[in-house]
Amino acid sequence: MVYDFERPIVELEEKIAELQRFAGEKGIDLSKEIENLEKKSRELKEAIFSQLSPWQKVLIARHPGRPNTLDYIKLLCTDFIEFHGDRCFGDDPAIVGGIARFRGRAVTVIGHMKGHDTKENLARNFGMAHPEGYRKALRLMQQAEKFKRPVLAFIDTPGAYPGMGAEERGQAHAISCCITGMLTLRVPVISVILGEGGSGGALALASGDRILMQEYAVFSVISPEAYASILWKDATRCQDAAGIMKITAQELYAYQLIDGIIPEPLGGAHRDKNEAARLVGEAIAHHLEELVGYSVEELLRRRFERFRRIGPEYLPGNDVT
Amino acid sequence: MLDIFKKQRQRYATVNPVTRDIPDGLWVKCPRCHEIQYSGELAKQLKVCARCGYHFRLSARERLKITIDEGTFIEWDGDMGPVNPFQNPEYGEKLARAQQESGLKEAVVTGEGDIAGHRVAVAVMDTRFMMASMGTVVGEKITRAIERAREKRLPLIIFSASGGARMQEGIFSLMQMTRTCAALSFFSSAGLLYISVLTDPTTGGVSASFAFAGDIILAEPGALIGFAGPRVIEQTIRQKLPEGFQSAEFLRQHGFVDAVVPRPLLKKTLAQILDLHRSD
Repeated sequence: MVYDFERPIVELEEKIAELQRFAGEKGIDLSKEIENLEKKSRELKEAIFSQLSPWQKVLIARHPGRPNTLDYIKLLCTDFIEFHGDRCFGDDPAIVGGIARFRGRAVTVIGHMKGHDTKENLARNFGMAHPEGYRKALRLMQQAEKFKRPVLAFIDTPGAYPGMGAEERGQAHAISCCITGMLTLRVPVISVILGEGGSGGALALASGDRILMQEYAVFSVISPEAYASILWKDATRCQDAAGIMKITAQELYAYQLIDGIIPEPLGGAHRDKNEAARLVGEAIAHHLEELVGYSVEELLRRRFERFRRIGPEYLPGNDVT
Repeated sequence: MLDIFKKQRQRYATVNPVTRDIPDGLWVKCPRCHEIQYSGELAKQLKVCARCGYHFRLSARERLKITIDEGTFIEWDGDMGPVNPFQNPEYGEKLARAQQESGLKEAVVTGEGDIAGHRVAVAVMDTRFMMASMGTVVGEKITRAIERAREKRLPLIIFSASGGARMQEGIFSLMQMTRTCAALSFFSSAGLLYISVLTDPTTGGVSASFAFAGDIILAEPGALIGFAGPRVIEQTIRQKLPEGFQSAEFLRQHGFVDAVVPRPLLKKTLAQILDLHRSD
């Protein structure tokens, strides 16, 4: 799948591939031309990606080819074993979890799981979790605490699923417990927003010591479509909504609501998933190194302080009267 | 002759309209059974419909009046008004209108007072203020109330009602879920009691944070309680929800609230729970 704003890049890349094939077949040396085109392609990517609008970032964040949680777990970790079920009701395929080794250290990994195509997405419910998903996440986090493993949480969800079964089984209660459970965990917790960080469903896995966002990830209280539809009664104004909602990594970092932006390969994570994973790994390792150095008390004190400060006094240019 | 064929001239009487002094809202129609009742009488019944038992929504002041012993309430942070983090002019206008219509500075009133002689910290959300959506200052006032309750070692009662997070404040409003939960976990580890009372409607970011974090969770009859609102669910699953779905009674049946307590019994029930948790 290619978005309109990506098309010039893709066309140029196709041209380069064609030239390479042609050169190979005919045995002609076209390296100079190819090099030129590659340079042009890089410049084009830089030009396009340096001025993506917030809405275009939303599209990149939702790109079906974007690496998902299991892709990252497999690229970042070794010895991953997936664990299933909440021990109460069932197993939610929209949230995955288990244990693995990250750079020599045993860790617990959890995260929302989207698919790369419709079939996978239907199986994963598009990454929209039910209560059993949040309860599984909480169970695995508490297991991590028992065995003193850090928790890596990957966030990529449009939001918690709004369905009948979800309500019957206590969606609100499950999210509330997951937030509090993560907040009070006596081991380091790093959350990485990979794509879409949608509302309470995303927040359930974002109450730890660090919230990092990939360069083109978004984190919002509600989707731009829903914002436009509720406030302006016009869902087609989602581009305007994305513009004013402050949902991009860059905007949220400027407000110090997140702790870091993880750069993506030029053109977005879906253009080079190995490089994307390498960059995510570097960022996690950097923050984890710092967090494992704190005593449990210090860790919790800092974690609570981090959230405590996000009040009105903290807002720039606002008088609390 | 043949008078019967003669067209009878219709006679109209001109009635001079007598303007009687009927103030607005003297009569109230029950949204459930459509019974029209005198508002003074309704207020005496704690705004519960005499015919069908429908619980009308209460303003924060009305709730405090029927819950807290007279003359004992001390408001906290009453002068704290909302913030507009992204300086959104549409939102600014909406806030001004909400303040004017509700007479409140924000959608929650917090403070301390007595319930049948038991000192408590209390927070009451008011749906007349932007459907009691949780913005930064709502989160702040609730967080402060929880913290003060911990410092003073008071039991905490929160009357929740909310449409969810306040969209116009973006991630700042979403983060209030985590903040209030953080304050509550501190509060809880001090061995103190938090009674969450869910009133109509308790949904979204409020239900998915502090409202469901109570040691004891009570609900008012008929209150709509859930994560997603019924319209969102209906749009998602493309079918109508059954009668009573997400009602307080439905949640009790599914194991998510401890008791559904009719309003006339609520103060007594709270007093009883507080008495059973008395530390002396």
